[in-house]
Amino acid sequence: MGSDINVTLGNWSEWFMLLAAMTYMVVFVAFVWDMASHSKTLGLQEQRRAQKRAAAQQEDARELVGAGAVGSSAAGAEHPGSGRSVRATAAADAAPGEFRTTADNSTRGAGEFESLNYRRNARRPAARVAVTLMVIAFLLHAFAVVSRGIAADRVPWANMYEFCSTGALVVSGVYLVTLVFKDLRFVGPMVSGLVLIMLCLATIAFPTPVSPLQPALQSYWLIIHVSIAVAASGIFTITFAMAVLQLLQSRREKRLAAGEESRMGFLRAVPDSVTLENFAFRLNSVGFVFWTFTLAAGAIWADQAWGRFWGWDTKEVWTFVVWTVYAAYMHARVTRGWNGNRSAWLSIAGYMCVVFNFTIVNTLFPGLHSYSGL
Amino acid sequence: MTKARTPRERKAQRPDVELPTLGPVGMLRWAWRQLTKMSTALVLLLLLAIAAVPGSLFPQRVQDPDEVAGYIRANPTLGPWLDRLQLFDVYSSYWFSAIYLLLFISLVGCVIPRAVQHFKAWRSKPPRTPQRISRLPQYRKVMLGGRDGAAGPTPTEAVEQAAAALKKRGYRVQPQDLGSAAPSVAAERGMIKEVGNILFHVALLAVLISVAIGSLFGYKGQKIVVEGESFVNTLVDYDSFNPGTNFNPDSLNPFSVQLTSFEATFNRDTSDPEHYGQPTDFNADLTVREGPGEQPQDVHLAVNKPLNVDGTKVYLVGNGYAPVVRVKDGEGKVAYEGPVVTVPSDSVYTSSLTLKVPDAQPDQLGFAGLLLPTAVSQEGQIPKSVDPALNNPALLLSSFSGDLGLDSGQPQNVYVLDTQHLTELNSLSSGNGPLLLDGQHRTAQLPGGKGSVEFLDVKRYVGLDIHSDPGRIPAFISFLVAFAGLIMSLFIARRRAWVRATETEDANGVRCTVLEYGLLARGEDHRLGAEAEKLTGLWTSLWEDRGVREYHLNSSDKA
Ligand code: HEM
Repeated sequence: MGSDINVTLGNWSEWFMLLAAMTYMVVFVAFVWDMASHSKTLGLQEQRRAQKRAAAQQEDARELVGAGAVGSSAAGAEHPGSGRSVRATAAADAAPGEFRTTADNSTRGAGEFESLNYRRNARRPAARVAVTLMVIAFLLHAFAVVSRGIAADRVPWANMYEFCSTGALVVSGVYLVTLVFKDLRFVGPMVSGLVLIMLCLATIAFPTPVSPLQPALQSYWLIIHVSIAVAASGIFTITFAMAVLQLLQSRREKRLAAGEESRMGFLRAVPDSVTLENFAFRLNSVGFVFWTFTLAAGAIWADQAWGRFWGWDTKEVWTFVVWTVYAAYMHARVTRGWNGNRSAWLSIAGYMCVVFNFTIVNTLFPGLHSYSGL
Repeated sequence: MTKARTPRERKAQRPDVELPTLGPVGMLRWAWRQLTKMSTALVLLLLLAIAAVPGSLFPQRVQDPDEVAGYIRANPTLGPWLDRLQLFDVYSSYWFSAIYLLLFISLVGCVIPRAVQHFKAWRSKPPRTPQRISRLPQYRKVMLGGRDGAAGPTPTEAVEQAAAALKKRGYRVQPQDLGSAAPSVAAERGMIKEVGNILFHVALLAVLISVAIGSLFGYKGQKIVVEGESFVNTLVDYDSFNPGTNFNPDSLNPFSVQLTSFEATFNRDTSDPEHYGQPTDFNADLTVREGPGEQPQDVHLAVNKPLNVDGTKVYLVGNGYAPVVRVKDGEGKVAYEGPVVTVPSDSVYTSSLTLKVPDAQPDQLGFAGLLLPTAVSQEGQIPKSVDPALNNPALLLSSFSGDLGLDSGQPQNVYVLDTQHLTELNSLSSGNGPLLLDGQHRTAQLPGGKGSVEFLDVKRYVGLDIHSDPGRIPAFISFLVAFAGLIMSLFIARRRAWVRATETEDANGVRCTVLEYGLLARGEDHRLGAEAEKLTGLWTSLWEDRGVREYHLNSSDKA
């Protein structure tokens, strides 16, 4: 790695970063608009269905006694949101983590995240605009990050500006890739919002011109260690958003189950809390594996650079804290009394540690890792 | 752990009322059961995370003992209290150790029964086919035979072939009731998931043990080596040395290194004033002898490229300038000649120098001052260094004579001159100003005929850290095992499948075989449906010529 710095390209990179940030802003607005309109449509549909059912029941009651049972089971099958009952029956019949022997029609749905599949009939123009724009924003953003790397003649993740902007790129990339497989447009407002915040942080709080690396950072471990760490953080960002939605959704479910009204109508466009929890767990497992790798790669790198693989440096402490919190989260899933809301809180706590590690520790704490260019 | 959660096990526990009469053994068993619960492990993990945090808020002795001392001096009331609570030694404190030891005891208590249980499960056969396969979360049916009048295989044949196909797919199989009217096969795959989980947890324990071995038998030392000089790996040759608790000096690896040359590269990009002059690369050329009498070998040392001599590692951790000076005493004899290691204090390598000359006669001499690699002086001001490279090296010295205090036997810091019993000859503050030596002025006389100083050359030196950690390799291997176990445990699915064949006739009166099959997963498995589809595909390709068809389930087929 030499120190051939291309200033013109560096300037271009900064312009594209701004452009990408502006596009993300529009994406965010479009996603919020979609949430509003989509949940409204769902609300209307729900109302209509309820009216129809009421009317049908009145008619049935006149003609046929006992049809209510058929009616209600049909309604249950129609609702993807009946996952709560799955957890309840499963927990009652077998310890979680054991083989499940209870059959339930909706196990299939909850287990395979069917409610996260795209539905053909639902028309969501705003969401389409949002996703299309997000792809464009991602491309602009990718250009900005790659050109910065070329301008500095090294990987673009060696100071806070670059951690933030590259991290945001990864978040947006991970999100777009998962969108191909599953309909996660409901986390769109949160993900695009977080990406926007990261880009604003990069450009406003940590602006750094293109510069070469210090000797301690010149290692292929920088590429491996930091890229995996950033990827893990990207995944944790998305699961954080899902954990927040899960908490809100489970509150709403409880209210609805108690026959109360919920003011958070936009949650109609969000899957039920069990699906959220299960899907977030899949993503978090991948994130945890990445983080485990980050921890070890950091230790190997530290061994080469500083001659000890673990020395409780501030950054190492926080990497360890994040790892243990997520390890606790992994356990929570199979520990009685710790799944559901508590596991969502653990996921949020883990993410808070990631953010803390990334911002406060990098900037305010002294340590061997304070090369963040500030 | 898992066992403790099954309903049967819970019934076996004594009712709480009997607790007080448990006796010491009962109490121990009760404590053990509490400790090895999953929720205890979870809470201990969270506690460990919380307990690690203070280590990042307060300075730690493992990292910087001087900073801790400074912190205590700056906070005379709070400091000693924090020290008593071991907040400056968080990671070796009683409370931190207690948490992780409990956690690992809990882990052992968890993993052993679990491993035993899994070993038994491995040896036992997949469980009997349930009466009603249709109650399983994934349930499908296919018809074999009947198309174009082709007869299907008999149920027993069908089950045998299905069992063979399942085995090929990685299931272990157990055919049942062959020859009867409703033969079936029970199959299971992913036994290795649990092996991964156990490996992961055991390997974590191995990581901990390896780290402990390292801190018992390892050592860490520092040595500064000037160009042309060498270092032999013996206790006496170290500048500082930290042995592990059970370290044995005989285990020192008898190698030696000599510094041939050192080179630092600096950023010379004038378009980037902010980073101009920052170091971009450090390189040291050494010759190494692996033992006395061995052939010397040339090696190259850089910041991220340590030297490894049979597991003892040598790291390049620092560098600086060592000006070569010759000091003559009041009697005109050479009292010192050689390089003086200086300590860089800023980004342009303005380095502080301390030289003690105890051999000078009649009075001992002492010098303190600065080395300026690129000295630039403006009219009437003291020269300053403007660049880290050696463009115009200059020495700026204060000189002292008198008693250096070395004979008292008390160890002294070589980088600090104790001026208590010394008389100042020159200095910044005194009337005659400091001594200035550079390219033009090579020699300076000390006032009062006390002697002279001569500036001969500037050499470079490197700071080496020498480490030996016998736990390093075991820790690394344990980590690899843990990582593999983690991936196995998280991404392998453990599933059971049952297939049962029965005979019927189709609408045309042709004898057909109905193949019913169901799947069950352990824990969450979002790909169970996909696996069911795969099995359908398997049967289709297996009995393509027998007219296999999917059987559309109506709601009454489901339990
Ligand atoms: C050193 C501390 C520990 C760490 C870092 C840790 C970490 C983990 C992780 C990451 C997992 C999820 C991956 C997997 O399934 O293999 C896991 C699973 C598990 N852990 Fe631990 N663990 C620790 C201690 C313990 C202890 C003390 C127990 C017992 C009380 C325990 C019992 C389990 C069990 C039963 C599972 C499997 C859950 C399942 O069935 O999927 N672990 N552990």
